[in-house]
Amino acid sequence: MMEGLDDGPDFLSEEDRGLKAINVDLQSDAALQVDISDALSERDKVKFTVHTKSSLPNFKQNEFSVVRQHEEFIWLHDSFVENEDYAGYIIPPAPPRPDFDASREKLQKLGEGEGSMTKEEFTKMKQELEAEYLAIFKKTVAMHEVFLCRVAAHPILRKDLNFHVFLEYNQDLSVRGKNKKEKLEDFFKNMVKSADGVIVSGVKDVDDFFEHERTFLLEYHNRVKDASAKSDRMTRSHKSAADDYNRIGSSLYALGTQDSTDICKFFLKVSELFDKTRIKKQNITSNPDALPHLQLPSESPPPAMKIEARVSADEDLKLSDLLKYYLRESQAAKDLLYRRSRSLVDYENANKALDKARAKNKDVLQAETSQQLCCQKFEKISESAKQELIDFKTRRVAAFRKNLVELAELELKHAKGNLQLLQNCLAVLNGDT
Amino acid sequence: MAAEREPPPLGDGRPTDFEEQEDGEDLFTSTVSTLESSPSSPEPTSLLTEDVSTNSNGPKPAEVVLDDDREDLFAEATEEVSLDSPEREPILSSEPSPAVTPVTPTTLIAPRIESKSMSAPVIFDRSREEIEEEANGDVFDIEIGVSDPEKVGDGMNAYMAYRVTTKTSLSMFSKSEFSVKRRFSDFLGLHSKLASKYLHVGYIVPPAPEKSIVGMTKVKVGKEDSSSTEFVEKRRAALERYLQRTVKHPTLLQDPDLRQFLESSELPRAVNTQALSGAGILRMVNKAADAVNKMTIKMNESDAWFEEKQQQFENLDQQLRKLHASVEALVCHRKELSANTAAFAKSAAMLGNSEDHTALSRALSQLAEVEEKIDQLHQEQAFADFYMFSELLSDYIRLIAAVKGVFDHRMKCWQKWEDAQITLLKKRETEAKMMLANKPDKIQQAKNEIREWEAKVQQGERDFEQISKTIRKEVGRFEKERVKDFKTVIIKYLESLVQTQQQLIKYWEAFLPEAKAIA
Repeated sequence: MMEGLDDGPDFLSEEDRGLKAINVDLQSDAALQVDISDALSERDKVKFTVHTKSSLPNFKQNEFSVVRQHEEFIWLHDSFVENEDYAGYIIPPAPPRPDFDASREKLQKLGEGEGSMTKEEFTKMKQELEAEYLAIFKKTVAMHEVFLCRVAAHPILRKDLNFHVFLEYNQDLSVRGKNKKEKLEDFFKNMVKSADGVIVSGVKDVDDFFEHERTFLLEYHNRVKDASAKSDRMTRSHKSAADDYNRIGSSLYALGTQDSTDICKFFLKVSELFDKTRIKKQNITSNPDALPHLQLPSESPPPAMKIEARVSADEDLKLSDLLKYYLRESQAAKDLLYRRSRSLVDYENANKALDKARAKNKDVLQAETSQQLCCQKFEKISESAKQELIDFKTRRVAAFRKNLVELAELELKHAKGNLQLLQNCLAVLNGDT
Repeated sequence: MAAEREPPPLGDGRPTDFEEQEDGEDLFTSTVSTLESSPSSPEPTSLLTEDVSTNSNGPKPAEVVLDDDREDLFAEATEEVSLDSPEREPILSSEPSPAVTPVTPTTLIAPRIESKSMSAPVIFDRSREEIEEEANGDVFDIEIGVSDPEKVGDGMNAYMAYRVTTKTSLSMFSKSEFSVKRRFSDFLGLHSKLASKYLHVGYIVPPAPEKSIVGMTKVKVGKEDSSSTEFVEKRRAALERYLQRTVKHPTLLQDPDLRQFLESSELPRAVNTQALSGAGILRMVNKAADAVNKMTIKMNESDAWFEEKQQQFENLDQQLRKLHASVEALVCHRKELSANTAAFAKSAAMLGNSEDHTALSRALSQLAEVEEKIDQLHQEQAFADFYMFSELLSDYIRLIAAVKGVFDHRMKCWQKWEDAQITLLKKRETEAKMMLANKPDKIQQAKNEIREWEAKVQQGERDFEQISKTIRKEVGRFEKERVKDFKTVIIKYLESLVQTQQQLIKYWEAFLPEAKAIA
C-alpha cells in the first residue's frame, strides 16, 4: 500500500505557485528566493527539492534546484547554532522531523482488516487515511520551507557559507544523522545547557529591556506550550467528530438504499448532507507566516460535513500550527537570551579574573585580552539580540494577526456554507413531506 | 386520506353535530342502517370523515379486553371530535373478516358524547374497500407529559417519582386534564400488563425503557452530580416517549389498564417487574424456552409477505444499530470537543494575559471568549445529538425487537395449529383402530376427542389468520409511524444544526474586527 503513496510530485507544483512561504516581512527580493518546489515521499524518508532563484554573485547560476533530506536541514540548523558568530541571532527553529509513523500504522491496520469490511467501507477508509497522510506530508514540506525562507530573509544568515552549499551543492552532502554516541552527547549537552541556563538566569540583567524580555519570554513560552497542546487536542476532537459525520452519512445512505418506504429518499438526501468525499488536493500550508491560501473549491459547494472536516483542518492550520511554530520560535528566542546571559556571565567572570590577575600581577595581558574578547562578544550579542527580539515581536504580532484574521474568516466561510447546505436540505425535506 | 373514505350511509343522512349534544339519541340512527353481513358477530368499525360526525356505537368503551376467549368484543367507533383541528384524520378500524369470531377491537377516540344509553351493541360493517387500513389517524386528542422527577424516600429504598400529566378531550377519561405520580416500576408494570394481553395476538406493544441498576443506584445513593441528573433526565424523556407511543396506538389506548395508569391516583405496586422476583425469574425461564423453541420451529411460510417483512426488519435492525453506534460516537466526541475547547479557551486567555502587545493581547482574550461560547454551543449540540437522534434510534431498535417478537408469536400460533392438526390426525387414527378392534365405548370416546380436536384445529386456524391479519395491519401502522417519526426528528435535528451554525457565525463575526484591529 505504500507504493501507491510513493509518488507525490504534483502536490506542490501548481497550487502553491505564487503563494510561497513568504512572510509579512520576508520580503521576496530578487537577491535570494528559496522554496521547496517538490517533494517525494519514500519508504521512510522524504526528499525535498529545494529551488533557489538568486541574483547574488556567489552562485554559479541564477536558478537551480537540489534535492535534500531532512537530516541535511538539521545539519544546516545545527551549524548555525554552533557558530559562535551567530550567537546574537535568533536561529530559526529547525523543522520537525517528518513523522508518518502514525499514519503508516493506520494504513497497515487497514490493510490487515481489509477482509472484515465491505469494499465500499474499505475504499472510503483508505481514502480518508490517504488524505490524512497527504495532509501531514504537506505540512512537513511547508515547515521545511519556512525554515529555509527565514534563513534566506535574515540579513546575516543568508550569507552563511553552509547555507549556500546547502542550496547549491547538487550532490549528497553526506550528512549522516547523528549516531548513537553523538545523540548521547547532544543529550548531555542539553542537560548541561539547561542547568547552566538556570544558573545564568539567576543573574540579574543590567539592561531593563533584556530583563523584561527574559521574564516575558519565559512566561510566554510556557503559555504557548500549554495553548499549543490544548489547541491540538481540540482540533483532534473536532476531526473525530467530523469523521463520525462521515460514518453517519454512509449508514444513512445504506438505510436509504435498503428502505422500502418513502423515507428512503429522505435518508438519501440527509446522507448526502453528512457524507464527505475527499477533496483531491488539499492545499494546506502550515506556515504561519505564509500568505493565506484559501481553499476555494472549484466545483459545487461540498457537502456540509465535508465542511466540518475542513473546519477542523483549518483550525489545525491557523491555530494549532501557529501556536506550535511560536512555541519553537520562542524557544529559539529564549536560547538567544540564554547565550547572551552566558556571555554576560563570561564577561563578568573575565572581569573578575582580570581584577584578580591585576591584583596578583600575573598573566595580566592574558586576562586583559580574554576580558576584551568577552566584552566584545557580549556587546555584539546584546546589540543584535535587541534587534532580533524586537523583530521577533513584530513578526509574532503580524503572524498572529494574519492567522487569527484568516481563522475567523475561514470559520465564517465554513459556517455560512454549512448553514446554506443545511437550509437547502431542510427546504427539500420539508417540501417533500 | 379522508377523501378516500365515504361517509357511512347514515340513516338520517346528516351529520350530527356532536359538540352540542350530550345525549346519545342520534347515535343509533346513523349506524344501524349500515349493518351488513354476519349478523351474529358484532364487529366494530367506524368510519370517520373530517366533517362528518357520526357515531357508531359500541357499547361500553371500557370493554376492550382482548383475551383469547371468543367473547364478542365491542369497540366504540368514534370520530372527529372538534371541528377546529382540520388536520385530524379519522381513525378507522379495520374490519375483521366476518368468519372470524374473536374480534379485535380497533378503537378510536371516544366522542364527547357519552354513550350511555346503549342497550344493544350496534355494529358497523363496512366493506373493506371503504375502510382504509392505513388510514388510522395520527392525531389523537391526547397529550402526555412526564415531568418533575423527584426523589422519594431515602437510601436504597428511594425511588424517583415522575409526574404524568394527561391533557385530553377524550370522553373515556373522566377529566380533561389530570396528572398523577408514578414511579419507574409502575411503567414497567403497565408494559407487562399490556404485553401479556396484546403481544400474542399480534399487536406491536411499544417496549418500556430499560432498567439500569447502575444509574438508579447512583440516584438512590444521592450523588448529586451531573451524571445522575443526566440519567434522570434521560429516563424522564424515555418514559415520556414511551407513553406517547403507547397512547398513539388505537387499540392500546382503549385498554383499561392504561387508563388506570394515567388516571388513578393510587396504583398497586407492580412487584412482578423486579428482576429477582418470582415473576422475574419465570420471565427469564420463559425467554430461554422461547429462544430454544424458535430454533426448532420450522414454519412453512405460505405468505411471502411475512417472510419479506421479516427480512426487511432484520436488515433495518442491523442498519439502525450501526447508525446508532456512529451517533453515539458522535455524541461522545462532541462532548470531548466541548471539554477541549473549554480548556483551550482558558489557555488562550492566559496567553493573552502574558502577551505584552496590547492589541494582540486583547485579541487573544477575545479569542478565548469566543472559544468559550463555542464550547457551550458544542455542549448543547451534543445534547441535541443525543436526545433527538440517538434516543430515537435506540427506541426504534427496541421497537423492532418487539416487532420481531410479534412475528415470533405468529410462528408459535402456527405451531399450535399444526400441533392441533397432528393431534387430530392421531385421534382419527385411534378412532380407526378402535373401529377395527370394535370397542364401542372407546370408539365413543375417540369420537368425542376427535370433535374436540377438530374444534381446536379450527380455532387454531382462526387464531392464526387473525394474528396474521393483525400483524399486517400493525406493521403497516408501524411503518407509517416510523416514517413520520424519523422525518420529524431528523428535521428537528437538522434545525438544531442550523441554529448552531447561525450562532457560530455570530460569534466569529464579532471576533473578526478584533483580530483585524491588531496593529
